[in-house]
Amino acid sequence: MAEVDRSLIGQWGPETVLHVELGKIREFARAVKDPNPLYTDADRCVAPPTFLMTIAHWMGDLASTRSAVKLDYRRLLHGEQDFEYLKPIRPGDVLRARSRTKDVFEKEGKRGGKMLFVIGETEFRNQHGEVVAYMRNTAIETEGAVQG
Amino acid sequence: MIDFAGVQEGQEIPPFVVERLTRTDLVRYAGASGDFNPIHHDEDFAKAAGNPTVFGHGMLTAGFVARCITDFVGATNLRRYRVRFATRVWPGDTITCRGRVTRKYERDGERRIDGEVAALNQKGEVAVSGTFTAALPGS
Repeated sequence: MAEVDRSLIGQWGPETVLHVELGKIREFARAVKDPNPLYTDADRCVAPPTFLMTIAHWMGDLASTRSAVKLDYRRLLHGEQDFEYLKPIRPGDVLRARSRTKDVFEKEGKRGGKMLFVIGETEFRNQHGEVVAYMRNTAIETEGAVQG
Repeated sequence: MIDFAGVQEGQEIPPFVVERLTRTDLVRYAGASGDFNPIHHDEDFAKAAGNPTVFGHGMLTAGFVARCITDFVGATNLRRYRVRFATRVWPGDTITCRGRVTRKYERDGERRIDGEVAALNQKGEVAVSGTFTAALPGS
């Protein structure tokens, strides 16, 4: 199992800046096959629900969302993704994102073997200092090889 | 888009179907999202890792499911969206996104609904399952 540094749980990491742009929103909406005009009209554009995933372009290493654990990527599953939306996100917004390992716990797997659950949390604040969204992911490290 | 009065607990959400996912769809999502894990676009890498070919990003399927929800509740009304990843999605798969309203209530001065959603492949296997909360206009 991965080593866990419990002193890092809850500690926020460095900030990443996300400039929200109309063209990027349109590109993302097209990729998820969503023709909703709210994602293309310059005057009333908002970001689609899963658009915050584009922070991956700028965060460098997504492992920074779970800095308390060094995970083995060969035995890693993306278990869950959870979005909480507090304010609309629009072109022109400058979002500051910071991440932390929120929780780490072990469970017995259904077919035997331990599973390590790591909950990472990313907070997004806009240029007015308001929290606009939280994004949480659950990564699961299995004891054996990942079965597909 | 619907209003609060027009929604019933148990009501089905109109489905959204993606016919025959292509490798181009996966590459387009990699570029749009920034998720360049080669297992989703590099055939040699995917095979070396023991897979028959490349497979879809879980968050691409979650994006299709999100469209199914926002077509029903409106793009600015979603408050929470949570997904779990089950079986993987492959090029050639047809993915059906659907869901239903599970609860109707008021909280924090908003009229809200909760719902459950899923994306299924052509064999009826669940690729993504999830839940959502939305605030709706109307009384």
